[in-house]
Amino acid sequence: MCSNPQIEQDFNKLEKFIEDLPDKKGSLIAVLHKAQEIFGYLPEDVQKFVAKKLNIPVSEVNGVVTFYSYFTEEPTGKYVINVCMGTACFVKGSGDVLEEFERQLKIKVGQTTSDDKYTLQVLRCVGACGLAPVVTVNDKVYGHFTKDMVGKILNEYNE
Amino acid sequence: MNRINSYEELQNLAKDFSKQLEMLSPSLEEELAAENKRCNRYVSICGGTGCQSADSTKILENLQKEVDAAGLSDEVTVAITGCFGFCEKGPIVKIQPDNTFYIHVTPEDAKEIVTEHLLNGRSVARLLYEEPTIKDKVKRQDEMSFYKKQKRIALRNCGLINPEDITQAIGAQGYLALGKVISTMTPDDLIKLMIDSGLRGRGGGGFPTGKKWSFAKAYDADQKYIICNADEGDPGAFMDRSILEGDPNSVLEAMAIAGYAIGASKGFIYIRAEYPLAVNRLYIALRQAKELGLLGDNILGTNFSFDIEIKYGAGAFVCGEETALIHSIEGKRGEPTNKPPFPAESGLWNKPTCVNNVETLANIPAIINNGAEWYSSIGTAGSKGTKVFALAGKINNVGLVEVPMGTTLREIIYDIGGGIKNDRKFKAVQTGGPSGGCIPADNLDLPIDYESLTAIGSMMGSGGMIVMDEDNCMVDIAKFYLEFTVEESCGKCTPCRIGNKRLLEILTKITNGEGSEEDLETLKELAQTIKDTSLCGLGQTAPNPVLSTMKYFGDEYVAHVKDRTCPAGVCKNLVRYEITDKCIGCTKCARNCPVSCISGKVKEHHVIQQDKCIKCGACFSSCPVNAIVKG
Repeated sequence: MCSNPQIEQDFNKLEKFIEDLPDKKGSLIAVLHKAQEIFGYLPEDVQKFVAKKLNIPVSEVNGVVTFYSYFTEEPTGKYVINVCMGTACFVKGSGDVLEEFERQLKIKVGQTTSDDKYTLQVLRCVGACGLAPVVTVNDKVYGHFTKDMVGKILNEYNE
Repeated sequence: MNRINSYEELQNLAKDFSKQLEMLSPSLEEELAAENKRCNRYVSICGGTGCQSADSTKILENLQKEVDAAGLSDEVTVAITGCFGFCEKGPIVKIQPDNTFYIHVTPEDAKEIVTEHLLNGRSVARLLYEEPTIKDKVKRQDEMSFYKKQKRIALRNCGLINPEDITQAIGAQGYLALGKVISTMTPDDLIKLMIDSGLRGRGGGGFPTGKKWSFAKAYDADQKYIICNADEGDPGAFMDRSILEGDPNSVLEAMAIAGYAIGASKGFIYIRAEYPLAVNRLYIALRQAKELGLLGDNILGTNFSFDIEIKYGAGAFVCGEETALIHSIEGKRGEPTNKPPFPAESGLWNKPTCVNNVETLANIPAIINNGAEWYSSIGTAGSKGTKVFALAGKINNVGLVEVPMGTTLREIIYDIGGGIKNDRKFKAVQTGGPSGGCIPADNLDLPIDYESLTAIGSMMGSGGMIVMDEDNCMVDIAKFYLEFTVEESCGKCTPCRIGNKRLLEILTKITNGEGSEEDLETLKELAQTIKDTSLCGLGQTAPNPVLSTMKYFGDEYVAHVKDRTCPAGVCKNLVRYEITDKCIGCTKCARNCPVSCISGKVKEHHVIQQDKCIKCGACFSSCPVNAIVKG
């Protein structure tokens, strides 16, 4: 399928996961979670691979991938910035925070900067509403976020 | 640990295990006896998502280190617990038996807590909560207005036991209800008890749980399923997550009980992949329960077997709807189907299936342990028991609260919630998430239950409660919810897929200042059509935020389309800043204006040049005498 040893290893990992499943029935979403964990996103060849291994049409795989917002077909940047747009954060001004990130990174929500460093996304509630508005960068949570903190956070990761 | 082979053995173990919890519910004498001295203590640190996001894991580490360094390891237990609910004041650390509740604790506070409190028995005053009603520091939870009107049933173990230790769960009566049911009751007795208790589904619909079980029991099949719906998709709601993080065993136990009622031997928990902490705690609890023979084959030596598997969601709000959820567990797109057939007849893999929500399940063991009569004595005529709400938005005490049904909104928002942030004026409270509605100040004294909320155009929903103040524009809020439903609509039926999109377009037009009075009529008519003709609950309720804001805040809509103003000053195209006579001519606004459109001499009245103004609000927030008004 490809000559890159890292990618080949990744496919082997996924294949092993699928083979070890006690029951393949109904396992598509679990397999896609695993695939996204391994590859970081779900490109076409990964979807084709999953379809073949589970013996289902690739259209069905793609139908599921595009239905759920957790799955992405695009690679993400090194740092994924998520601005919480849950209601609690929204009423406390997370919309302004998002606008400021868009302005400073010069990208729109859902896009990745040209140097592949940052991806800007929104999410619906991390459940830390006591800290609203909330921004996460990869797994790190920043609470009580204001527009003025945008530059500071980006500086932190620019270093 | 060894497998537990009978209900009797479990009862004996529960007695043993409950001893380790004695210190967590001390008597007044025990509490006083611990003052000003070194003694055995138990330190609980909130391990919920909110507090962990604010570094509570580091607090735990530091406290353990300091305890070890002070030579207190034999006397002091340091452990995590579930959410205390008072998220606004997190991270929270509670010390027993002194009944001391510390707020806003940082990892750096660990040393002082150990030297002052654990070694000398003196509480650290600066970490205590100041109760606003008496303007004084208090150390006990029951002295805080936030807790006074609460009644914790579903959350009974959150903030008490260590969720990663099943012996503590058993010590707090965990699995005793399951033991009792499978050893001494028939499924019919159990269903009758549940019907008598009056428990209704807490996921939003409010269908009586006992009845739901009886339907699923009535169908014969070689295999039936119990599904726990933990796909908490309502943005701003975190009840189910907190229960799973703080007391996973009560949910597992209740699933087995439900399985016994309908004749199912297999259960699935459908949980959001975005809840890693809850998933992790569930796996720990599952492993421990299986080891002890509390789940799996021949539970407690009986003929009853029940196993549970965890399935991840992948971010689709519609999967909260039970038929969509079932398709998602089957590995398909989470699209809903028409009912009937109901899942009770034909659900997962076409087998009879019963779907219960997390909070509903968490109530069940308590009902069995305390009786149907006890439970039905709490609440209102039609809605029994308590309800957990995630209180958030412009409120002083953000957090998780559990109150008896029939508590008024005013009690929740002002007594428990401590009122509106920064003394702003209350405008509305939104319940039911994207399916619910906005409730105005006139209804603050309404006792809340399923019926009363529906009657005023909102709904109980899963329990999100978002408070809004005068700075929130209600048209903008309606638009916010519509953006959510448009994004989350699965696209299967036309009214929801296209209708909601049109609603959103009209709302966008209005907030941009391009709306007409005719648009308001169209909004109403279209909203009603979508409600009447959509396939599933998502579409049928999606227009509720629009309809309820139009009903109670109609004047704001009119102001947008007729006067071209946004009274709350949110919709940028409609905001207009003006400098009033209060201006002292300090020049601060002019210096802060990024487009230099404010002119005026020192000590003279300044003026904004409206055609150049970009409505950024910099002048408004910089004015030292509040001379600038927006409208």
